[in-house]
Amino acid sequence: MSVDASATRETSGPPRTRPPLFAWFFQTLLVLALVALIAWLVSNTLAHLRERGIRAGFDFLTQPAGFEIGESWLSYESSQPFWSAFLAGLANTVRVALPGIVLATLLGTVIGLGRLSRNFLLRSISTGCVELLRNVPLLVQLLMWYFALTELLPASNDAVHVAPGIFLSKSGLSFPWWEAGGFDWPMAGELNVIGGASVTPEFLAVWMGLSTYTAAFVAETVRAGIQSVSAGQLHAAMSMGLTPRQALRYIVMPQALRVIVPSITNQYLNLTKNSSLAVAVGYPDLVSVANTALNQTGRAFECIAVIMSVYLVLSLLTSVLMNRYNARVALRGAG
Amino acid sequence: MTRISIRLAALIGAAGLAATLAAPAHAGKTLDTIKQRGNINCGVSTGVAGFSAPDSQGQWSGLDADTCRALAAAVLGDAKKVNFVPLNAQQRFAALQSGEVDLLARNTTWTLTRDASLGFHFTTVTYYDGQGFLVPKKLKVTSAKQLKNAEICVQSGTTNEKNLADYFRAQNVKIKPVVFEGFEASFKAFFAGRCQAYTTDVSGLAGLRNKEAKNPDDYMILPDLISKEPLGPLVRRGDDEWFADVKWVIFALIEAEENGLTQANVDEQKANSKDPVVQRILGTSEDTGKLLGLDKEWALRAIKASGNYGEIFERNVGPKSVLKLPRGANNLWSKGGLVYAPPIR
Repeated sequence: MSVDASATRETSGPPRTRPPLFAWFFQTLLVLALVALIAWLVSNTLAHLRERGIRAGFDFLTQPAGFEIGESWLSYESSQPFWSAFLAGLANTVRVALPGIVLATLLGTVIGLGRLSRNFLLRSISTGCVELLRNVPLLVQLLMWYFALTELLPASNDAVHVAPGIFLSKSGLSFPWWEAGGFDWPMAGELNVIGGASVTPEFLAVWMGLSTYTAAFVAETVRAGIQSVSAGQLHAAMSMGLTPRQALRYIVMPQALRVIVPSITNQYLNLTKNSSLAVAVGYPDLVSVANTALNQTGRAFECIAVIMSVYLVLSLLTSVLMNRYNARVALRGAG
Repeated sequence: MTRISIRLAALIGAAGLAATLAAPAHAGKTLDTIKQRGNINCGVSTGVAGFSAPDSQGQWSGLDADTCRALAAAVLGDAKKVNFVPLNAQQRFAALQSGEVDLLARNTTWTLTRDASLGFHFTTVTYYDGQGFLVPKKLKVTSAKQLKNAEICVQSGTTNEKNLADYFRAQNVKIKPVVFEGFEASFKAFFAGRCQAYTTDVSGLAGLRNKEAKNPDDYMILPDLISKEPLGPLVRRGDDEWFADVKWVIFALIEAEENGLTQANVDEQKANSKDPVVQRILGTSEDTGKLLGLDKEWALRAIKASGNYGEIFERNVGPKSVLKLPRGANNLWSKGGLVYAPPIR
């Protein structure tokens, strides 16, 4: 039967309604028209901006930025150009997104497993967490975390000495940090804690807010993934003498991951994009820096374009990494 | 047949779209558009006490709001014909560029970059301000120079961030800005104790201290001013007539104060004054309005609507208002201040 089918295909093939040259011609025409339209829109915009005396272009990126950034991984100063300010902002975005992804995954998995627990209390608490976290807008949660932290922590000029070299105050958690060949120890100054490195309340609020919010969605994904594995698999594993933990580790999870990974990728992408809300609680992420740059220079279009392309690249990178991982856990062939 | 007509319609549609997109940016004169529309679209803040802030009934008050009212009275004959458009710091310039508002009267600092590269003309200065610091008294800070290593709350989208960096770099002092997008979040964080100082223009600090602090006496404004912040309305480039109208309505309000014309006495002065300067302002001798594309009594109506510059100042930001600011640099040039208007003649 199959031999027959392939034989027919080879000899006659599907009937072609149009010669390929014709189709190529029209597709090329369409692409050209599209390119022309975009080019015309851009040149028209530029012409009008010029006519109204509005400057446009990315040349401002090499000018000195002139503003400070509160906290940064990179050594950034106001005399450096705009592009390094953007870079410092990007570093801050990554600095909160990566730990966010890690914590969201851990928390989400725990809550997701809790949702399936036979223990009534654990199950109810997990369900309550999921419903509370995913049904309150993220921005509200971020503000809640932030104002709770700033209200609760001790005053900056009256920091609590938690352990040797570790201070806790409204300025955040300060700890010793390796710098220029020696440890830089924080000390209580007149106004606030000086020296060392610190984790600010802004960072903590964004990190906690993003990870708990995303954890609720991760938990649902994990639960759905586990429930998608048929009960027979678990029963078979148990009858082979595996403990429940072993059954989960070797039988259920490998199969559940096939369902979990693609949709968890979406959650990671969302978390990274949601980190742009950090601007509301004063965390200097990419959007915050770009907003400042936008106002110093008035180049609205250019600054928004930078934000858009950076998030696009970040998201595509996350997708590529997650797709690689997915290829490892997915079913290989139809063997 | 149908296919052809659909294609034809699509073609006409596309051509129409192209024509709209290609049309020049400013089709008509701003003044004509305003007269036809019947009101002025005035871009204001989302709520800065003393400059432009809505009350519980949605009535806007403040120095900037009164400027717009005077303008509406002069141009349209009715101070109520103002459509206030609240804009945040980031939206404001795009709104003026795109024509959503006819003028921006939103405590905006006149700087070279804004005047020369955004397609705007600043009309004149309506308030001479400067950037300062608000600090809790319990920190015992008495000068900005003592703010070494301090965390300073600031709102983004303003000239304040750059001044802050400039000032402390010149002093060779390190500070940490905590930058908020929203005005509310920025001052709430400060009053919660997140920052050791809050920075913005002094007029804004006075509003914050007197209106938002639980106990205003716990906070003080440091005497240091770290920048010049001349605030005033701005208009789009490309319409010189409208530019002149806005400028001269403000000059008329200043001239009125110089010549003792007030909201209360302006009608009486019109009937009785023998002073040629007053007669020119109120349109009883020469018709200055004709040159501006307005009628004879433009300045009279502006003064009747909002009062002279001094009255506007006293009502909104002066010692008897919530802000309790002294007249200082905003006094008339003849009384030791900087406020000066070219003559109306």
